[in-house]
Amino acid sequence: MSLFAVARLIAAKDLRIEWRSRVVLHQVVPFSGLVMVLFAFALDNDATLTRVAPGLVWLASMFSMLVVVQRSFAVEAADGALDALRVAGVRPDGIFLGKSLALAAQLAVLEVILLLAAVVLYKADVGAGSVPLLLATFVAATLGLAFVGTLYGGLASGASGRETLLPLLMLPVVAPVLIGATRATEAALGTNGASSNEGWPWVGLMVLFGVLFGAGGTLAFGSLVDE
Amino acid sequence: MNQWPYVLISYALSLGGIATYTWRMLRRARSMASKVTEEDRPWT
Amino acid sequence: MTSPAPSSSTETTATSVPRRPTGTTFSRWLGIAALVGMTWLVVFGLLLSPDDDLQKKGVRILYIHVPSAWLAYLAFVVTGIASAGYLFKRTRSLIWDRIAGASAEVGVLFMAITLVTGSLWGRISWGTYWTWDSRLTTTAFLFITYVGYLAVRDLGGSHHQRAKRSAVLALLAVLEIPLVHFSVRWWRPLHQQESVAEGKLDDLMLFSLFVGIVSFTLLYVWLVLHRQRVLAMADAVDDKGLDGALAARRAEQEVAR
Repeated sequence: MSLFAVARLIAAKDLRIEWRSRVVLHQVVPFSGLVMVLFAFALDNDATLTRVAPGLVWLASMFSMLVVVQRSFAVEAADGALDALRVAGVRPDGIFLGKSLALAAQLAVLEVILLLAAVVLYKADVGAGSVPLLLATFVAATLGLAFVGTLYGGLASGASGRETLLPLLMLPVVAPVLIGATRATEAALGTNGASSNEGWPWVGLMVLFGVLFGAGGTLAFGSLVDE
Repeated sequence: MNQWPYVLISYALSLGGIATYTWRMLRRARSMASKVTEEDRPWT
Repeated sequence: MTSPAPSSSTETTATSVPRRPTGTTFSRWLGIAALVGMTWLVVFGLLLSPDDDLQKKGVRILYIHVPSAWLAYLAFVVTGIASAGYLFKRTRSLIWDRIAGASAEVGVLFMAITLVTGSLWGRISWGTYWTWDSRLTTTAFLFITYVGYLAVRDLGGSHHQRAKRSAVLALLAVLEIPLVHFSVRWWRPLHQQESVAEGKLDDLMLFSLFVGIVSFTLLYVWLVLHRQRVLAMADAVDDKGLDGALAARRAEQEVAR
């Protein structure tokens, strides 16, 4: 089977599992909303909140993503599903791309909800002119995050003691996305008087990030889960 | 500002860190060596 | 040290464990040279060195800070190369993995020293422990990344699983670090102070800095050599299972007697 056919099947499988179990919807979305409220408690100042809203959206996305990634691989670890896939001869690069796509889809939903929360709770201002840059930022950042999440999630899945390792491994790697996505979102929303053309170089950086880790993950995923 | 404490602390932490690491490694080497045969130590 | 000679069999069994099980004549001279160099560095740095015009006593910290930073970077480069050496099929051998692991461990040690001494130096020279410039931030990320790498090495599984997993991780770090570096540079373009004041050190100070780099390099080689041998022994113990190894060891002692 071709790479993309496998990827589509795996992605559909993951999304179907989520659709039936609703773990992300019923647990992770409320969690990320809670994080947004807690940020407000911690920072305790309306003007500050509006100023740092883009950063908080992405920070909350990354924290929530840790949970989603763990869920994504807990599904595979149960009943040795991942091993079964490998034994059945499903190509690992297809598994990687498929799981990344499913993760990206779930992350995208989360991020939109978090952005809405920022608009409601932090008075972030989303105008019509900011939509193109915002859309590009979300697509680039989400793909980059999903590739890294799948790659390191695969590494950290399975045996006991590995779940606690995931944040330590993953968060340093996604730091460029946090910086880039925050700056690009600030530019899109005009936070601190940033203009929107300041955002596009950051989108470029995130695209580069996504391409590098997408390629690296496609190559490396096989040897990571091959156990 | 008296700068000597900063200098002394940095020397103490650096050399102390290296010494501790080395000591622990050699202790581990000895405990490992009591469990393996000569041929597992091809460098000797 | 050489292997326990037959004469050692007259001693009790407890002392039949060699005193320096990972040492050789070569590594011994290496260690002595490193020790001499380090001693000079400490004597010069703490007693003989004059204060710098600008950095005052901060310059004394540099004799340790600069060599350890240099060696930490070198150690991570070695880890990357050794990981590639393992993954490359024609040269696949666990020795690459052990060198990568030993080098990363020593690198993390030196990186910790770099960060601590750098902070203290910054407090003297800049008046602050930390600034968010790209060099400092990238260094901190390198440190965290390799702490994670060492944690992954401890996850268990067969030796080749460990080797493959950690080698892939080390190569991903090679991907990660430039991205972190450039994004931080874009993020805070204003903090571009150079860390080392150049051209203000006199000849003897430069010589001591040079001595520092050489002796830290010797120390690095010595540490990696020994650590790598300890890892080899640990792998051997794992392979045989502890009981089997102990039995073989006892049999060997019987023969020696």
